Amino acid sequence: MLLIRCPYCEEERPELEFRNAGEAHIARSANMAGESDDDFEKFFFIRSNPKGIIHERWRHMHGCARFFNAVRDTVTDKFIMTYKAGEPKPSKLPGVAK
Amino acid sequence: MSGAFRIPSAGRLSQAKTARFSFDGQSYAGIEGDTLASALLANGVHLVGRSFKYHRPRGILSAGAEEPNALVEIKRDAARKTPNVRATVQELYDGLAAQSQNRWPSLSFDVGAVNDIASPFFSAGFYYKTFMWPKAAWKSLYEPKIRAAAGLGVSPDQPDPDHYSSRYAHCDVLVLGGGAAGVAAALAAAETGVRVILADEQAEFGGSLRFESGARIDGQDGFAWAQGAVAKLAAMDNVRVLSRTTAFGYYAQNFVGLVERVSDHLKAPGHDLPRERLWQVRARRVVLASGAIERHMVFADNDRPGIMLAGAARTYLNHYGVAVGKNVGVYTANDSAYAAAIDLKKAGVNVAAIVDLRDNPTGPVIDEARALGIEVNFGRAVVRAGGKLRVSSMTVQPKNGGGERTIPVDAILMSAGWTPSVHLFSQSRGKVAFNDETKRFVPGTYAQDCVSVGACNGTDGLSASLDEAYAAGAKAARDANARDYGAKAAKGTKPKVDASESWSRGMLGAAPGAGPDTTVKAFVDFQNDVTAKDIRQAVHEGMHSIEHVKRFTTNGMATDQGKTSNMHGLAIAAETLGKPIPEVGLTTFRAPYTPVTFGAIVSHARGPLFDPTRRTAIHPWAEAQGAVFEDVGQWKRAWYFPKTGEDMHAAVDRECVAVRTKAGLFDASTLGKIEVVGPDAAKFMELLYTNPWEKLEPGRCRYGIMLREDGFIYDDGVVGRLAPDRFHVTTTTGGAPRVMNHMEDYLQTEFPHLNVWLTSITEQWAVIAVQGPKSRDIIAPLVEGIDMSDEALPHMSVREGKICGVPTRLFRMSFTGERGFEVNVPADYGQAVWEALWAEGQKHGAAAYGTEAMHVLRAEKGYIIVGQDTDGTVTPNDAGLDWAVGKKKADFVGIRGMARPDLVAKGRKQLVGLKTKDPKVVLEEGAQIVEDPKQAIPMKMIGHVTSSYWSQNCGRSIALALVAGGRDRMGDTLYVPMPNGVVEVEVTGMVFFDETGGRLNG
Ligand SMILES: [Zn+2]
Repeated sequence: MLLIRCPYCEEERPELEFRNAGEAHIARSANMAGESDDDFEKFFFIRSNPKGIIHERWRHMHGCARFFNAVRDTVTDKFIMTYKAGEPKPSKLPGVAK
Repeated sequence: MSGAFRIPSAGRLSQAKTARFSFDGQSYAGIEGDTLASALLANGVHLVGRSFKYHRPRGILSAGAEEPNALVEIKRDAARKTPNVRATVQELYDGLAAQSQNRWPSLSFDVGAVNDIASPFFSAGFYYKTFMWPKAAWKSLYEPKIRAAAGLGVSPDQPDPDHYSSRYAHCDVLVLGGGAAGVAAALAAAETGVRVILADEQAEFGGSLRFESGARIDGQDGFAWAQGAVAKLAAMDNVRVLSRTTAFGYYAQNFVGLVERVSDHLKAPGHDLPRERLWQVRARRVVLASGAIERHMVFADNDRPGIMLAGAARTYLNHYGVAVGKNVGVYTANDSAYAAAIDLKKAGVNVAAIVDLRDNPTGPVIDEARALGIEVNFGRAVVRAGGKLRVSSMTVQPKNGGGERTIPVDAILMSAGWTPSVHLFSQSRGKVAFNDETKRFVPGTYAQDCVSVGACNGTDGLSASLDEAYAAGAKAARDANARDYGAKAAKGTKPKVDASESWSRGMLGAAPGAGPDTTVKAFVDFQNDVTAKDIRQAVHEGMHSIEHVKRFTTNGMATDQGKTSNMHGLAIAAETLGKPIPEVGLTTFRAPYTPVTFGAIVSHARGPLFDPTRRTAIHPWAEAQGAVFEDVGQWKRAWYFPKTGEDMHAAVDRECVAVRTKAGLFDASTLGKIEVVGPDAAKFMELLYTNPWEKLEPGRCRYGIMLREDGFIYDDGVVGRLAPDRFHVTTTTGGAPRVMNHMEDYLQTEFPHLNVWLTSITEQWAVIAVQGPKSRDIIAPLVEGIDMSDEALPHMSVREGKICGVPTRLFRMSFTGERGFEVNVPADYGQAVWEALWAEGQKHGAAAYGTEAMHVLRAEKGYIIVGQDTDGTVTPNDAGLDWAVGKKKADFVGIRGMARPDLVAKGRKQLVGLKTKDPKVVLEEGAQIVEDPKQAIPMKMIGHVTSSYWSQNCGRSIALALVAGGRDRMGDTLYVPMPNGVVEVEVTGMVFFDETGGRLNG
């Protein structure tokens, strides 16, 4: 069972308290109704599914109930960092080369 | 006297405490502190089981958790019957009853042993090759036969009457393994004041000090030192000591699962004791001190009862006071077996000969053996064991060939060397490294905050192990607590080793006489009956990866997970492939280290505690009325209320008619309810629902549809606007949590600029639906402060006031098509208000109705149930709900998805009504619909029935269905092919009763 740091509670808590909510930084268009079929396809269906670093959304379901973002390595399953919803993708990741 | 092979002068058990036990019905005497294995051996019993595949007689190989052979059934009573218990681990108690397994009719005469003679047909890959064809024979013939013939032990057929417990724990340093190294590491860590947990699988701490007669620490016998050190640790406030506790799984971030066997060793466990306790420990640092496991020699018929590991024989002697034979032979490729021979010889047991595969080894143990007059042979191999139910001889030959000599023996002690137990390290995702010099895999690259010490780290010798462990324990404590309390130095002193034994090296793979040119049965994996020949055959048949060899031969795949066999198997595969061992690689170690009971994992989460049961405030009333309940998610809901003599059909018909002619009361408390509050509440509702909300006046209600972004219906419900900034939203019963999650997601991440608060109020309000022409007459006398006239409280409106003196949110709404109300009251008053309404209802002939009648009544009106009439691929248009989509809205969740080409294409499945041509026939929900029933099979299916009921109010059956292009088929005849014939149906509108809706004000 993983430990996940909730950036709102500022505490590491067991995985059981959290729920994954899919890939992060996929913005919903401000003009949703006017999106082309291609753009909607990219927004709704296409996910990066990387081998390595992924930015994803989690919810501290059984804690503060806040959604937040996390950087996780899909190979080692290690959380590299977590940050609040709405904050930009971190430019530097602690302990990760390149 | 507790057995003819007990040596009173040897061992640590008190001879006074006798314990009687039985094996296969025969009664024996043992001593408290024995394991079942040591007690059997004390009585001269070596034959304890039959092997898995060939039914070969098997004895006791080891004295610990690695045991592959001595698996028995322990039976306390009819329900407490545990198969596959390792006799080497089971502690003896007075009255213990054990049975051998996998034999019929008896252990010494077993019909299944014919498999041994027929063994050429059971070679590696047998299952894969033999049972490929015909497919049908698998179910009827092969599988049942194989299962009956090849099982090891029989599972109990009654529910487990024992209880189990579960605990979470946190610590700074978790030490796994309580041998000399583990105890030293725990001492060093504990002396700094940090929180320490020390766990060991045995009843007593000490590990190999149990048998190492030559070890002396701090001026004492090694085992005595360990007992003293552990007693000191146990007395410290910051230390928890767990014996009989196996760390079975090492998971992410130093999360370790352990099972503590609390009462399996007790004669009569009190019911206050759990049988086992699951520990889930999160440790800042883990010290792995799991020791090493001795390997057997791979030679012909090395599985005969009486042939065992040298270290095990030494344990039986030095700890339990049991001689494993009267005339023993020794076969070894390293020094450690000499110590066993020396100890046995000193205890008065004849040692017939030591056979050493090495050419010219030297050292003090060899000198000592010689000095004791033991015959020592170098450069020789045991090529064969004699005897069947018990070993009777060993045949010795120079390892490069030559004359044979057969030596009579009643036991053979063997040692091919020691394999570091890297199981937990490997489970932690650490990478092992092969040490070419010592021919063993040791911890290489670490993936977690842990450290290996002592024998499991490949460290040889007691002194070096203790030094390493003490330093590692102190460092782990420092690293673990630095951020909280600052580092402290250990206050104690490092244990000093005065005398120790040391051995290393040995050999891997098949010994001479069991080489590639032979066809003998030299067992590598005893539990799965895998021989050296099987492994070579697997390689010859094209299995070049060790993972393939393992699966093809099943080497290492039994419940012992190859603790004694993996390295031999790997070496034989590598030799056959002509590759060095590290290039062939080691198979992955997986949890559990030893088998874990389902009971320990499940703990209290069984029966009524498996899943929480949710009951409404009105539940006790419904129960008292004799309601039949159905499960809806975790809720118990009243399904129908049968009167004396009524079946379900009659009850539902009566309830449905009562609602339409008089009135009905229905417990709707399970409806999901969410309060949406804030200055931007209406804006938020506009975005989350398809409907327009800004202009809905306070006091009015609207039926809302929620979509996902893909444009499909996600949920629905009536929403009341209580105030400009306050909406009372209802959801489906099952949908409440996901709708709340969906709303929170959008509020927090997509629309965080909106000033809105969401609160789940499902449990806060009990909801009593009062429906029917008499509904207002029933409610009105109990209501204060609300004008109940149609003008003041029209259909689809909501008012706040009081009922029976308690606050209410009174909705005028209908899920039946009748004049109706839903009375929301604080849940604590739910039953009292229900009872008041019920009393009032009795004056008007009202009935209580359940979920079944509710379903029928809504279907008569064509009201859909999301999740029954929709399935996640239905748009509002498909469901005939276009009217509920705000045409002028610029945005809402699902607005774009709904417009995707496929979702607006012609020919989509649409919800319609179906009437069977024969009004008495009720369709089956889920039944498929076709245009032409005479077409060839497989037929083209154009839709399916989603809801179907007998409607007493309509005097006929009614149904809803999703049908391709359904709304263009009004009046058409379609067909529903069923096993008993084709049902003819007519496509109709969805409203079967009161099409004009006049009854809403009736
Ligand atoms: Zn939180």
